Amino acid sequence: MSSDVVVEATTPDRWDPGVHSYASMGYYDESYEPKDTDIIAVFRVTPQPGVDPQEAAAAVAGESSTATWTVVWTDRLTANTHYQAKCYHLEPVPGRDGEYLAFVAYDIDLFEEGSIANLTSSIIGNVFGFKPLAALRLEDMHIPIAYVKTFQGPAHGVVMEREMLNKYGRPLLGATIKPKLGLSARNYGRVVYEACRGGLDFTKDDENINSQPFMRWRDRYLYAMEGVNRAVGETGEIKGHYLNITAATVEDMYERAEFAKELGSVVVMIDLTIGYSAMQSLAYWARRNSVLLHLHRAGHGTYTRQKAHGVSFRVIAKWCRLIGVDHAHAGTVVGKLEGDPATTRGFYDTLRDDHVPANRANGIYVDQDWGSMPGVMPVASGGIHAGQMHKLLDLFGDDVILQFGGGTIGHPMGIAAGAEANRVALEAVVKARNEGRDLLKEGADVLRAAAKISPPLDVALTTWGDVTFDYTSTDAPDVVPTATS
Amino acid sequence: MYLRHGAFSYLPELTDEEITLQVRYVLEKGWPVSLEYTDDPHPRNVYWELWGLPMFDLDEPDGVLSEINECRAAFPNHYIRLLAYDARLGRQTTGLSFLVQRPKVEPGFRLDRTESAGRLQRYSLHSYAAESPMGKRYGDANRPG
Repeated sequence: MSSDVVVEATTPDRWDPGVHSYASMGYYDESYEPKDTDIIAVFRVTPQPGVDPQEAAAAVAGESSTATWTVVWTDRLTANTHYQAKCYHLEPVPGRDGEYLAFVAYDIDLFEEGSIANLTSSIIGNVFGFKPLAALRLEDMHIPIAYVKTFQGPAHGVVMEREMLNKYGRPLLGATIKPKLGLSARNYGRVVYEACRGGLDFTKDDENINSQPFMRWRDRYLYAMEGVNRAVGETGEIKGHYLNITAATVEDMYERAEFAKELGSVVVMIDLTIGYSAMQSLAYWARRNSVLLHLHRAGHGTYTRQKAHGVSFRVIAKWCRLIGVDHAHAGTVVGKLEGDPATTRGFYDTLRDDHVPANRANGIYVDQDWGSMPGVMPVASGGIHAGQMHKLLDLFGDDVILQFGGGTIGHPMGIAAGAEANRVALEAVVKARNEGRDLLKEGADVLRAAAKISPPLDVALTTWGDVTFDYTSTDAPDVVPTATS
Repeated sequence: MYLRHGAFSYLPELTDEEITLQVRYVLEKGWPVSLEYTDDPHPRNVYWELWGLPMFDLDEPDGVLSEINECRAAFPNHYIRLLAYDARLGRQTTGLSFLVQRPKVEPGFRLDRTESAGRLQRYSLHSYAAESPMGKRYGDANRPG
């Protein structure tokens, strides 16, 4: 590959025709002080061998804003310096040779109000295929409050969801129906019923359950809601099933959402694969119709997991909060899927907190103030079980949905028993925490004591108590540890 | 049936000592405590009756327990819940809620269906207890009027 694209022997005038370095055209400016209204993007830039890091960073700023490969005189018909993005800070990544962090500022005028599609077309558009870069990753973004306020945000948010469900002071519990593919609608509804009556707050369609030959969507909705309502009647508490409305077209999704609403469902679900504009349309629908919107982040691992290239999930989480989902999967740390503890903490903070200060130990590079935008309820799902309940509560606190699919449905005494085991374990560790007990030291004792009054929990701990998924995370923060006193 | 309401409805009924520990937890967070009672436990019944005003500025749980006992004495067959309120900006909602009393017999709910075209079902919950007027449910001895 060519690595000498932009080498110039002499410094031409800014407006001389031809190819100039991006830095010389103003896309690299260490003296620039970002305005309060600027959008800031932090990129991890890996230049091709021989490409100057400053020039690579300038190229990122240029290609994600106004620049093209050569000078165009039509730039002079604009207030071009206003529209140019500027890389104002560049630093090497500790412990990662050849990688640099580039802080790039964009004027708010570059973006359409309230449009993630427009924002992402610039920030992760052509620039990610740019030849002089070996790799590029969008690590973090600061969205100024002026731009935050142009988005709806979560259709309901954490607080309204709790008031809607009338459930406070503990994490919510869910389970994804398994097997994820192949069940008939009638059998599927049975699993919903058993899991909900046993003690779960929610059950969930998996991401790839849409409307297949073995189970068409309308049948699934009818049987699932029969199961939910039976369970509500038996327990006297509000429950829901995330009815996945993901479909080929937005029109199909609206039709499915309307039917879910007609059946009295408190929640519908979409996949990340439907795209940002469709997600935003459904977020507006969800607020108009008083139905919670659950997001399954299907596909994100293809671009979030590798450190050098792609988009960090902390940025996807930020976009999802602006778009307006009520639930978003954000990792478990202790389960079967990728999740460094510090990085995952950063995702949860981004989804839930009003103000998220820069904290590189958690992968947060820039401050984020959310104003009064509601928080998104994070969902921890994938390979977790009742024996980890104290660790999950310690990691995530109360505002989280803990989802035990296999850990509910695979219970040897049945699905309702699996649900009960999880609910008893959850309430026992919440009660113990509130009583001032140290969950990390005493959590296992708390669970064993609770198991004495709950045979399903006893069996769950015997079956899964020792199961762990200890693998090295690929997406851990890059910081030089600093001693703290 | 056994009503599942509040944060601890799958654990054995909390003793007064255990209630006191939970109250201490919420007072340390600066959350005022209030009590509410009802004989209409429908899950969509948001507004249970207030037992006085929220108890602001408490330091110790003792006062809460004596209020709980007075409420229990006045309504021995009602549901009584304790609520702790988190007034912080961005929350302004209940921080913790759990039952401190339930009726001895809970008749539960009937699931009513209204069938419609295309196999559509509309569901509603019918509380057996609510077949009697308020204050005359759950064999309550304290019947006004």
